[in-house]
Amino acid sequence: MHISDWFSRKPKYAVLKPEKKEIPEGLWTRCPKCLEILYNKELERNLKVCSRCGYHFKLGAWERIYQIVDNHEFSELDENLESVDALPFNDGIYLDKLKESKEKTGLNEAIVTGKGKVESFDVFLGVFDFGFIGGSMASVVGEKVTRLFEYGARDRLPVIIVTATGGARMYEGMLSLMQMAKTNAALSRYRRSGGLFISVLSDPSTAGVMASFASQGDVIIAEPGALIGFAGPRVIEQTIKQKLPEGFQSSEFVFQHGMVDIVVERSKLKSTIGRIIRIWNKRLKG
Amino acid sequence: MEQEIKGLTPWEKVQVSRHPQRPLTIDYIENLFEDFVELHGDRLYGDDPALIGGIGIFKGQGVVIIGHNKGKNVKENVSRNFGMPHPEGYRKALRLMRLAERWHLPVISFIDTPGAYPGIGAEERGQAEAIGRNILEAFEIRSPIIVVVIGEGGSGGALGIGVGDRILMLENAIYSVISPEGCAAIIWKDSKQAERAASALKLTAQDLLRFNIIDEIIPEPPGGAHNDINATIKAVEESIARNLEIICNKDIDSLLEERYQKVRKIGIFEENLVPKAGVEPARSPSST
Ligand SMILES: [Zn+2]
Repeated sequence: MHISDWFSRKPKYAVLKPEKKEIPEGLWTRCPKCLEILYNKELERNLKVCSRCGYHFKLGAWERIYQIVDNHEFSELDENLESVDALPFNDGIYLDKLKESKEKTGLNEAIVTGKGKVESFDVFLGVFDFGFIGGSMASVVGEKVTRLFEYGARDRLPVIIVTATGGARMYEGMLSLMQMAKTNAALSRYRRSGGLFISVLSDPSTAGVMASFASQGDVIIAEPGALIGFAGPRVIEQTIKQKLPEGFQSSEFVFQHGMVDIVVERSKLKSTIGRIIRIWNKRLKG
Repeated sequence: MEQEIKGLTPWEKVQVSRHPQRPLTIDYIENLFEDFVELHGDRLYGDDPALIGGIGIFKGQGVVIIGHNKGKNVKENVSRNFGMPHPEGYRKALRLMRLAERWHLPVISFIDTPGAYPGIGAEERGQAEAIGRNILEAFEIRSPIIVVVIGEGGSGGALGIGVGDRILMLENAIYSVISPEGCAAIIWKDSKQAERAASALKLTAQDLLRFNIIDEIIPEPPGGAHNDINATIKAVEESIARNLEIICNKDIDSLLEERYQKVRKIGIFEENLVPKAGVEPARSPSST
């Protein structure tokens, strides 16, 4: 589907909405790290990276997709999957939460998956949106990720997933936790098909999603300054009863500890992905 | 409602699952396996006392045993880190699962942990990576695997040794995506609402059987496992033996396929099958 289709059919998806929490409407945005006042148009042109200090603002799912795919062309898949209050969780709290997140993000769920091209290579791409219940994984997210690996195996194409997530979604209880098993089971099969899975970790990438497919990429790329880990820093501080050192669980920290392959700034993300696919594509056939 | 009449409430089950006298992995090991040899270390960094591993004989059959282990008292709990593994625990477990595969031994895994340890060293050494890898590779282990949730199934820290061909669960054990206290703190900003969270999360064996996340509930003595440890161990033995016989008699490729398909179906959502131009047709829903 071309981007123009989105304007006519689903305007709520086509508009690149700035995240309200990070970037208030208007002409200017203050960088939360260096406090520089940034002109919004300039910030957009700079892929939402602060031109002064290099702070990487969080991106909405569609913003990220359009930064990665060629010519803004992307066919969304499985957009018709809808979350339900399966447990149900304590008198409709979850349904309220879903409604609120849909209105806030214009998305149906915490991940958008589909097919597009990156530097002319066909890929299956999934992108989390932290604005949707903290980018959490429950039945629908787990199913979409699982199908993405299945499509990748079927069509022998790379799978790229960009995470921005706080982990498994508690409102679906154990159904959410088991998505860690389901996605990893699918990833195991995808791997055996010889597939290339690039896991891109953006801010933040933690807990249940990290403890499943996101930490198991053939290549793991982190954006600078992202929070990456298993437990959240507050939980760790409460457990060990001391303050964590500056930069603990940052991309640079996990890189130093051997948990990611490359820390790549946003302007080089697409070309880095393209280069890896180019090499994978030149594999021996058979 | 039905639960209140039939037995313990979810919150009561949370308490019973954490009862200090509740039988631990070590009790099952001592009573169910002959010639147990504990095997230590992940061959990478260290040995994790929060996760026990080893080999032994179960009713004449050689097996690999892995399991979280809490302590019996404060001192032991401190040395075993309250059953909360570091990455070394998960990596040791994976090493032993690979050993099981090479030796053609079934694996029996006991789940009893508040969760994987949230600490500095655990993060530095890749807690998420260790758990993620175990979950993934468990789908490739060419040996039958039985998982028994005996106490607390604390989230990813439980699932790290929780993938298998049969998931058995004691009647009053719990298995949850987040602790009720943690859930209450996030939703109601008050950990005292944990009781409410415990029922909201659907963390009991009865709930999980309904969602097809576990296969079988093992009955406990009235009031809980701690009231009659021997009876509990007997019930666990019977259930393991019966299930082990079934899965050990299956061809390993069909067993792996079943292991995959069971998990593939987990998840509840709606799928509106509206055909859309330019979009590949969606498949039929995998669940309700
Ligand atoms: Zn800045």
